[in-house]
Amino acid sequence: MKWSEFFTSSVGKKFVMAFTGLFLISFLIVHVGINACIFADLVDDTDNGEMFNKAAHFMGSSYLIRIMEIGLFVGIIAHIVQGYMLEFQNRARRKQGYAVSMGSQGSAWYKKSMGLLGTLILLFLIIHISHFWVPSRITYAETLSEVSYYNGKPMHDVFSKMVEVFKSPTWGLVWVILYILGCFSLAWHLLHGFQSSFRTLGVHNKKWVGVVKGLGVAFSIIVPLIFALMPVSIYFGWVTNN
Amino acid sequence: MEHYTMNLTLKVWRQKNSSDKGKFETYQVSDISSEMSFLEMFDVLNERLIKEGKEPIAFDHDCREGICGMCSMYINGRPHGPWQANTTCQLHMRAYKDGDTIVVEPWRANAFPVIKDLVVDRRAFDNIVQAGGFISVNTGNAVDANAMPIEKDKADAAFAAAACIGCGACVAACKNSSAMLFLSAKVSHLALLPQGEPERKSRVLKMVQQMDKEGFGACTFTEACEAVCPKEISVTNISRLNKEYLVAGLTEDKG
Amino acid sequence: MLNSKIPAGPLDLKWTDYKGHCKLVNPANKRKLEVIIIGTGLAGASAAASLGELGYKVKAFCFQDSPRRAHSIAAQGGINAAKNYQNDGDSTFRLFYDTIKGGDYRAREANVHRLAEVSASIIDQCVAQGVPFAREYGGLLSNRSFGGTQVQRTFYAAGQTGQQLLIGAYQALERQVALGNVTQYTRHEMLDVVLIRDKDKNGNEIGEPKCRGIIVRNLITGELERHFGHAVLLCSGGYGNVFYLSTNAMGSNVTAAWKAHRKGAYFGNPCYTQIHPTCIPVSGDHQSKLTLMSESLRNDGRIWVPQKQNDNRKPNEIPEEERDYYLERRYRAFGNLVPRDVASRAAKERCDAGYGVGSSKQAVYLDFAAAIVRYGKIECGKLGINNPSAEVIRKHGVDVVKEKYGNLFDMYEKITGENPYEVPMRIYPAVHYTMGGLWVDYELMTTVPGLYALGEANFSDHGANRLGASALMQGLADGYFVIPYTIGNYLADEIATKAISLDDPAFVAAEKAVSDRIEKLMSIKGTQSVESLHKRLGKIMWEKCGMARNEKGLKEAIVEIQQLKKEFWSDVRIPGGINEMNPELDKANRVADFIELGELMCKDALNRSESCGGHFREESQDEDGEAKRDDAHFQYVSAWEFKGESDWQLHKEELNFEVAKPTQRSYK
Repeated sequence: MKWSEFFTSSVGKKFVMAFTGLFLISFLIVHVGINACIFADLVDDTDNGEMFNKAAHFMGSSYLIRIMEIGLFVGIIAHIVQGYMLEFQNRARRKQGYAVSMGSQGSAWYKKSMGLLGTLILLFLIIHISHFWVPSRITYAETLSEVSYYNGKPMHDVFSKMVEVFKSPTWGLVWVILYILGCFSLAWHLLHGFQSSFRTLGVHNKKWVGVVKGLGVAFSIIVPLIFALMPVSIYFGWVTNN
Repeated sequence: MEHYTMNLTLKVWRQKNSSDKGKFETYQVSDISSEMSFLEMFDVLNERLIKEGKEPIAFDHDCREGICGMCSMYINGRPHGPWQANTTCQLHMRAYKDGDTIVVEPWRANAFPVIKDLVVDRRAFDNIVQAGGFISVNTGNAVDANAMPIEKDKADAAFAAAACIGCGACVAACKNSSAMLFLSAKVSHLALLPQGEPERKSRVLKMVQQMDKEGFGACTFTEACEAVCPKEISVTNISRLNKEYLVAGLTEDKG
Repeated sequence: MLNSKIPAGPLDLKWTDYKGHCKLVNPANKRKLEVIIIGTGLAGASAAASLGELGYKVKAFCFQDSPRRAHSIAAQGGINAAKNYQNDGDSTFRLFYDTIKGGDYRAREANVHRLAEVSASIIDQCVAQGVPFAREYGGLLSNRSFGGTQVQRTFYAAGQTGQQLLIGAYQALERQVALGNVTQYTRHEMLDVVLIRDKDKNGNEIGEPKCRGIIVRNLITGELERHFGHAVLLCSGGYGNVFYLSTNAMGSNVTAAWKAHRKGAYFGNPCYTQIHPTCIPVSGDHQSKLTLMSESLRNDGRIWVPQKQNDNRKPNEIPEEERDYYLERRYRAFGNLVPRDVASRAAKERCDAGYGVGSSKQAVYLDFAAAIVRYGKIECGKLGINNPSAEVIRKHGVDVVKEKYGNLFDMYEKITGENPYEVPMRIYPAVHYTMGGLWVDYELMTTVPGLYALGEANFSDHGANRLGASALMQGLADGYFVIPYTIGNYLADEIATKAISLDDPAFVAAEKAVSDRIEKLMSIKGTQSVESLHKRLGKIMWEKCGMARNEKGLKEAIVEIQQLKKEFWSDVRIPGGINEMNPELDKANRVADFIELGELMCKDALNRSESCGGHFREESQDEDGEAKRDDAHFQYVSAWEFKGESDWQLHKEELNFEVAKPTQRSYK
């Protein structure tokens, strides 16, 4: 079988979704780990984002990571494009629909709404990228201040940017709510996507399906929750810049 | 069991032939016994329509004991109606009460075009089996049946998959009109048995290819198929199919 | 007159000898020979696959939407084979003997012996195809016992043996379709056979007419089609639906066989009908079909009725001493495990005498309470529970029964709404199988050259009563292991015959006759639906040609059926058109044939004034009401030749028993 055939069959397309999905899940682990550094301020009031800024600096200054970042974008785009193509192709398989829909009989709503949830996440991503990725990679000269710790080199103060966004007196609350909604979409998306991607890739023994399902539920709750706590903590002043 | 009679409103899809647009017709049926089967209720209605000089409703049915896989009604938003692990022909009227409205539609999927009223064309399933859903053994070639012991668990799993009756409810229920539950049941049945080993890789590749050609969608693991399957075929089989496909696709040069 | 072509020589060498000497067709010639197969059940699908593998050009037809839906799929219990895997003394001879005896000495020894011989190969073939038979923990095949035998020789796949075997044959068939050896025509119904004489060099017709093709109706478009074949195989199943209510599928019909009969194929033993004792009883006038509960239930269930007539108490309110376990009472030796025909008649006797139960009073109880307690105690013993309460015993007992029969109990509950773990099942006999069918010789050829009948469609192997788990065996034996040899013996002489043009006058005439008949049916525009007329036919048949038959009733039935036939042809109403999908027209075509068959069945039953197997003539019983066979006058196969409307001539094929000497069956 040719590679082109392998990836373009209905099962192959699902492999692409599963591979990229799992790749994005692994990215989420790194992402949530680094960003959780802001919570250092909760235990050490003088941290003021230092730990986070250092970690962000490390990620931004390593060539390896920058190369992986390209891979990440390729993965995201592949996941989005393939996802939409599948969604539209699948919908087109039933030109004439039912008068009475099945609703959630036999299948939870979010399992049937991966396209919708993915779209919400995409919209969120656009906001999120323009908030943080664009300033730290492209427009940093105008948008980011610099800090330096212990005689070290100056680095971008991404943490202050976070505080600026979520503490903004005009838009802060709006962003916080949108971020929380984004995290909810992510949670539902993961709740189905996590276990589904493993099963798409062939995990079928009862034992392992159980493990994957359990892990999936835990992951889908914990990771989006930590993400959501970031804007919330800043908004309520639990994590501060002073 | 207390028996009762009921009056019902039926909304049934009527379509003269495959090129007709089709529409819903509403019928009132009265004095339906709770002991009747759902299809016997249709028999009663059809007898009345014939008396009135109208055309009876065409629907597929044959064994009326839940095994031939011919009956195929989508009843109030669910293939084969409200009962679990059940076919339309086994559904009985005690599932309903006086005054209920029941909407009956044909299976809907591009790969299952409507032939007439509630009758659809499921030849796509035969085509998928023709693509490789068999073990190539000519009559007379077999060795003694006990020459090859088969682990009981595997034999049982193969049997559970082989219980598929090919009714197409999985396709009808799937939001993607995917035939993966049907296909995976066949692939699992044969992949789990040592007799199926020689063609294991080419089988799964060819059958998936044929399924795509027939116009079925891809699986997104919503599990709606499993919920409506009259023989309770598990979606685990779909994962197994995916594994078979992954291994075969990555290692087979041909096919 | 009737030549059964049984090979000479000792019984156990006949088939070997035949295979060694029959004519062969070389592969190059096979490609030029076309074979038409009607029906895709076990016999049809296995024949189509096997002949396709051999290289013949095969066309397979079925009226369902897929070959996999044929009613063989509904067989529950199992398939017999003389494998002797259990080391319990089974052998080819034992299977042969049990089948002959079970058939009440009304089957042909040579055919039955061949069936027993090939039975083992069937299991091998099915396993190789991937049929998932039940297995033991060691990975080897499991067996169970079935009625009428003393060994465990039944192979099974839970309660879906027929389905698994048919899927195996269907897969083999689809493989041949993919390879281009078989062309498959679904939703097509055969409406006539075409007979054509050979021509000599000068174009003069010579010899007997041979079967050379068929006329079929495309059930989607209504179009009639002509198909040529060097030979035609009818694998179209049995005709139990002549009784309207039976365990057959709604579409099961006699039409293909009947058309062949009208064109010259003799009909063998039409009156031999198997009434299965354990079916779910009729619940009302709306009933469209009956559902079988596997014979295996009688291994653990006890059958009883109240001792008082018209006892309206609930079953659980009737104390033990007021119950009549009539099978155990009448048949000490076999009890609840007497053969099907005996159990059915005994149930009818009780109900007719006023002891029936349920709202219709046409039912008896099949009770698992005793089995639940028995198994419960055993389980408690295994688990080391001392002095268990009745509740604990029951719980464990229910678990065991559930594991053994769970799917059947579920099916019962779905249909009746009653929980059989709590209240006894209500059961009543129902028409299940027809041993009669087209008369065939040893090669499975009917009296029309080139026209064969396989499986339930022929009359050959079960005599007057079929044993459980033998129908699947016969269907597959015919298709996999008999016809591939015997058809060659005929086709070897046909290699010079070119495909006959579909414009041949015989094809044109046959199609015209079919089309005329359809137009006639449609033009009646009467007042009665096909269904209502079919119901009336069924009622006549069930009451007068059912479980018990007598001269007076049969004579009345013949008159009533002739009257019904007139009514049908003058007052039937068929809605819709001809050139479209029209299920009512399909049904009308079938019921018209059932009516004619019904008359012949009554004539056959009237002629056979003995009782044998499933055929019980009230005039021929002993003082205890048991069936009495009359070997002196009736040790023959009745083969009926169609002469004209309501006119048949009887031909007799004497049965000779060289090995299995007839004795009167007794189960007391």
